[in-house]
Amino acid sequence: MNRPVASEPGLGTGTFGQVMAGATADRAQRFRDTALPHLDNVYTLARYLLGNETDAEDAVQECCLRAYRHFDTFRGGAIKPWLLAILRNVCRAEYARRAGTVVGLGESGEPPEDAAPLWNEAREAPDAAALRQLDGEKMRDLIADLPPAFREVVVLREINDLSYREIAQVIDAPVGTVMSRLARARSLLREGWLAAEKGSAP
Amino acid sequence: MRCEEAEILLHALIDDELDAGHARAVETHVADCRRCAAQLRDYRDMRGMLARSTLSYEAPADLKRRIDARLPAPARPDRRSLLKGFAAGAGLSSAIAAGLLIAVVRTDRDSRIMSEIVSAHLRSLQADHLTDVLSSDQHTVKPWFNGRLDVAPPVIDLTALGFTLIGGRLDYIDGKPIAALAYRRRAHIINLFVVEGGGDRSGAATETVQGFNVRRWSAPGFSLWAISDLNADELEDFGRKFAAAQHG
Repeated sequence: MNRPVASEPGLGTGTFGQVMAGATADRAQRFRDTALPHLDNVYTLARYLLGNETDAEDAVQECCLRAYRHFDTFRGGAIKPWLLAILRNVCRAEYARRAGTVVGLGESGEPPEDAAPLWNEAREAPDAAALRQLDGEKMRDLIADLPPAFREVVVLREINDLSYREIAQVIDAPVGTVMSRLARARSLLREGWLAAEKGSAP
Repeated sequence: MRCEEAEILLHALIDDELDAGHARAVETHVADCRRCAAQLRDYRDMRGMLARSTLSYEAPADLKRRIDARLPAPARPDRRSLLKGFAAGAGLSSAIAAGLLIAVVRTDRDSRIMSEIVSAHLRSLQADHLTDVLSSDQHTVKPWFNGRLDVAPPVIDLTALGFTLIGGRLDYIDGKPIAALAYRRRAHIINLFVVEGGGDRSGAATETVQGFNVRRWSAPGFSLWAISDLNADELEDFGRKFAAAQHG
């Protein structure tokens, strides 16, 4: 284990600064060990939310520095949702910056209300609607085409592999909202999927 | 259970998020409803296809390095544990061991200086004691050190290059009085410590200590240590410009 230099006898003066340096190094090491293994997950969400590599990298870096600054407020439990919640806040700030005002996910993160109830959708003959496998790039595009509020729950569930409770923590909404939003998101994704199959059919 | 309820809950069923009672209720409905059964099958298929594909992105190695560099450096192994290592390495020739020992002792001096510099930097900001001689004129600051130090430190005004000289003061590092020069870049203060000796080191290095960036380089007879909350790129730029102006 790393120990503060000041605890070493005969190694100088044991100043406050040295003790602080040791404690800071310990804290940084704990952060490296617990948070940084999730960097791919954080980067993945950033890519889907922001759409390009440069913005995603900036957001991930900002997220990590912010998380490190507030590491003392992390009280155990799963660190992944905690990090992803910070990343999401960074991304919302970026949406606001792009729009020059707060739009994008919306102030409350609520999806637009033009979402028709699921049961009003066209009743297709079930057998005709079976989905075929698409290649990975096509699927990534379909997810990227979803409105942000639906895109984020799909990424958090299908790619980041979070439970409903963890997703609720990230998007700061009740579990019931997570469930209904995910249902709506998958319905939209399925529509896009069927359209893509038609488009790529010979 | 009605279809509109089942259409939401079947997702929770797929995701294994339903308690036993609700799961049974959805399954009972699906057994009697062709349309909901088809949806359940479809969404299960879709979820399976998503799960089998690589939809995640890998964070670039360069991004990982950048983040790592912005965090405070990990604590170095202390001297005693290194010496223990020597004792254990029976096959190590004494000549190599002696060489390593010198390296360890030097590192000790450097790390002591480093921690003193961080403390001195913090002290200068907290006690509002940045300068003893307040001047942006190098020809005022440099003579001020005469008689206060054995060797005159290099004092260079870099205002034209974006780093404004604020002034100088005496500080104590490694048990000796040394010259500290204060510069400003936008809202950031840079303290430059001019430490006598240790000028034999070749090359410059930047590291992060306690959230500050520290740039160290050598000039004949001196080692120079610049510390600031300025980002590493600009601090390196400061170091290069200072070194270039000194040689030029």
